[in-house]
Amino acid sequence: MIELTVNNRPVALDVDPQMPLLWALRENLALTGTKFGCGIAQCGACTIHLDGAPVRACVTPVASAVGKQVTTIEGLAEGDQLHPVQQAWIDYQVPQCGYCQSGQIMSATALLASNPQPADDDIRAAMAGNICRCGMYSRIHKAIRAVADGGVAVWEPADEQEVRHG
Amino acid sequence: MGKWTRRAFITTGVLGGGALLVGVGLRLGNRNSELAPLVAAEGEHLVNAWVKIGADNQVVAIVPHSEMGQGAQTVLAQMLADELDARWEDVSFLEAPAEDAYANWTLAKGYALAGMKVPAVLEDSVNGLMFQASKAMKMQITGGSLSVRATGVYGMRVAGAAARELLIEAAASTWQVSPAKLTARDGRIIEIDGERSAPFAEFAAAAGRLTPNPSPTLKHPDEFRIMGRSTPRLDIPAKVNGTTQFGIDASVEGMQYATIQAPPVFGASMVSFDARRAKAMQGVVDVVQIDDAVAVVANSYWNASRAMREVDITWSHTDHDSSSSQGYFNQFAADMQRDRAQGSSTVDIEKGDAGNVIANAEKVISRSYQVPWLAHTCMEPMNALAQFNGDSCEVWTGTQNPLGTKHAIAAALEVDVTQVTLHQHQMGGGFGRRAKPDTAIQAAKLARAVGKPVKLIWSREEDVQHDHYRPAVRSEFRAVLDEAGKPLAWENQFVEKHEPAEAPYVPYAVPNQYVHYTDSPTHVPFGAWRSVDHSQHGFFTESFIDELAYEAGADPYAYRRELLAHLPRHRAVLDKAAAAANWDTPLGEGRGRGISLQESFGTLVAQVVEVTLADGDLSVDRVVVVVDPGFAVSPDGLTAQMESGVVYGLTAALYGEISIENGAVAQSNFHDYNALRMDRSPVIETHIINSMEHWGGAGEPGTPGIAPALTNAIYAARGVRIRELPITKYELGSASV
Ligand code: FES
Ligand code: FES
Repeated sequence: MIELTVNNRPVALDVDPQMPLLWALRENLALTGTKFGCGIAQCGACTIHLDGAPVRACVTPVASAVGKQVTTIEGLAEGDQLHPVQQAWIDYQVPQCGYCQSGQIMSATALLASNPQPADDDIRAAMAGNICRCGMYSRIHKAIRAVADGGVAVWEPADEQEVRHG
Repeated sequence: MGKWTRRAFITTGVLGGGALLVGVGLRLGNRNSELAPLVAAEGEHLVNAWVKIGADNQVVAIVPHSEMGQGAQTVLAQMLADELDARWEDVSFLEAPAEDAYANWTLAKGYALAGMKVPAVLEDSVNGLMFQASKAMKMQITGGSLSVRATGVYGMRVAGAAARELLIEAAASTWQVSPAKLTARDGRIIEIDGERSAPFAEFAAAAGRLTPNPSPTLKHPDEFRIMGRSTPRLDIPAKVNGTTQFGIDASVEGMQYATIQAPPVFGASMVSFDARRAKAMQGVVDVVQIDDAVAVVANSYWNASRAMREVDITWSHTDHDSSSSQGYFNQFAADMQRDRAQGSSTVDIEKGDAGNVIANAEKVISRSYQVPWLAHTCMEPMNALAQFNGDSCEVWTGTQNPLGTKHAIAAALEVDVTQVTLHQHQMGGGFGRRAKPDTAIQAAKLARAVGKPVKLIWSREEDVQHDHYRPAVRSEFRAVLDEAGKPLAWENQFVEKHEPAEAPYVPYAVPNQYVHYTDSPTHVPFGAWRSVDHSQHGFFTESFIDELAYEAGADPYAYRRELLAHLPRHRAVLDKAAAAANWDTPLGEGRGRGISLQESFGTLVAQVVEVTLADGDLSVDRVVVVVDPGFAVSPDGLTAQMESGVVYGLTAALYGEISIENGAVAQSNFHDYNALRMDRSPVIETHIINSMEHWGGAGEPGTPGIAPALTNAIYAARGVRIRELPITKYELGSASV
């Protein structure tokens, strides 16, 4: 049995210690918010936190998480209170298909935890490991910027359109 | 917008508890030729929409579209709510289950979705007419940017307007007043000059017994209250906390996990395999042959995938074992030349006499362009969960074509289609890839073979190497300019024609045009890739017109504009893009702007790209998008689709190449089939023009124009003309991207 702490709860796993955390979370603990995208640390879909630092769960053996705090997307909110980054994701209508977004949010929250006032280039560098095939980078960037700037996120949809009734 | 009625059926019914049900079935005619290929046979119906107004005044929209993240469900709900004059908060959405003729209720019986029994929607009091209307509907596809164009305009709006009229009529007879004295607002029927007002639900049952008006009046755009407003998407909250259930998240009791490997060379078969080592590995349940592929079933995906690597498989030889990308491009050129010499190509469009003008011209401008195969790489790898109970099969997956997939599974397993139940899930990207049923069929066969529920997950490597690819294409042009520099003749020959038919056609005024194509088959499977043929022809035609502008010594924007005098809508889009991008303000050394214009799926898009080239390093700085979709139902949703289409197209232009070596795909995962990432993404600005012309699509039109706008910008910056994608093939690109 391997004992871990996942989202502040102790869990015991009967798996090969070399199994990547990604599969233990998804299949043994039914925490399916963490996603499989590439399996080789290239896409970021599986990003979780180990003691607050972002790691790619697809290449992180279960054994290496022993004694550490594992946080997944399911552990980010406090009860009904969304993490500010999650709220900003809603305010800025960030997700398209949504598949990459758990990983994006985990990378963004880790960035802001270690660097609460990132420069735009810091954001770009920290998020470059997370692919979004739906291409929502502008929105992701804006949402992170809004949280960093501490203001209440205001969604300004493109409502003011030129309408020419023909 | 008044023409739909000839193609639609409207029917009503009363459900248990006094709920009103209104159904609209759309029958396809020749008029909608771009949709016709999606329908399998005469008499089939492409889209169907149902609206239910319950006793609690809640409105449920039921449509056959799957959510890929394009916001289709929210937009369709907006259309319904507006025409109906419902309260937006009262409207919810239910995706139609994959049931034959969705209204064939013996099949629908027992079907549960989102906690709602479908038979409760289609209860016995519903008259049979609706069932007739949608009988034999085997296609239920989300693609071709169809949701707003077809289901929305022809289904949801009509259903909403019809229901509104029925409710008013029922209220008028209850209150003994003329219907003209009543109106609807916020989910209530209101007496215009009187006191009375009551919720829809009070009249739902009475309305369901009335005969619907076959052509209800749709609102004038001035009357829209919900359409045209950016409404927060209904699916987003579940996508920020990990609770959205994608196909890969499905699970059932006793489920095993599998992964699979198909022959590397398309068309090869499996000769033999040795699974002794794999079977001895931890957690492995079985190693099974599925058609020509080999699958490992285990108690976890990880165990399955590491055992997969230990299976020794011998594949058969094929005629394509030495095929290569270069060989195919040579073949395209040779086949095209042969067709030209023999006059044996297929004519696509012919106008005037381009051949004669070119034959007699002093100067002919000839150019050729090439694009490679492309994979889709949806963020969510292909997957499906299947379970067998006796002869019946249940499948859980995310598909762009639920009903078609269900039929394909039944056919592949040789079971009756009534034995197959398909549970549709959210899709982590589709882009055309998830219109194919291949993975679901494999999962079903695996579940039957091992007698246990099996969740099959393709590795990313399998996804990259066994896609249905955007084809590799070569396109050649010849043109003659008149004294003023305008094109007098335009000849274009290319390989591979698919859909949409108009993809290679240019809007520019050219008196003599000859477009023709040559068949030059390859062994690489074809699939629809975001914007389909527009993805290559947008690059070809918008590059060539740019080259002609420079040949004529003209500004590329002004040149296009000159040639669009007959198309004011196109011109307006182009003009706005140039203005928004400050086209006339020069950029500094090493910087440049490129422009493109493309109409696809009924939507016009002009794009201006700004690049900086310094020391061989290419930076895509800014993209201005101007889009005229006719009318933007959700401006923010449309904006998001433009951003998405731009990034998808930029990925392809900058990096995208599936190459064939020894008959197989050389790439395997994101390390060698990269995607654009945030650090190299441009600023994207989207401007919308609501011309109020025919409503077009949103999901695809952002993609085709971005590659030529980019390569035209590179030419403007440094004088390097890119005629082959991706741009890594050129010096300037290879140093940086
Ligand atoms: S799945 Fe782990 S980085 Fe892609
Ligand atoms: S939202 Fe679809 S991959 Fe990012």
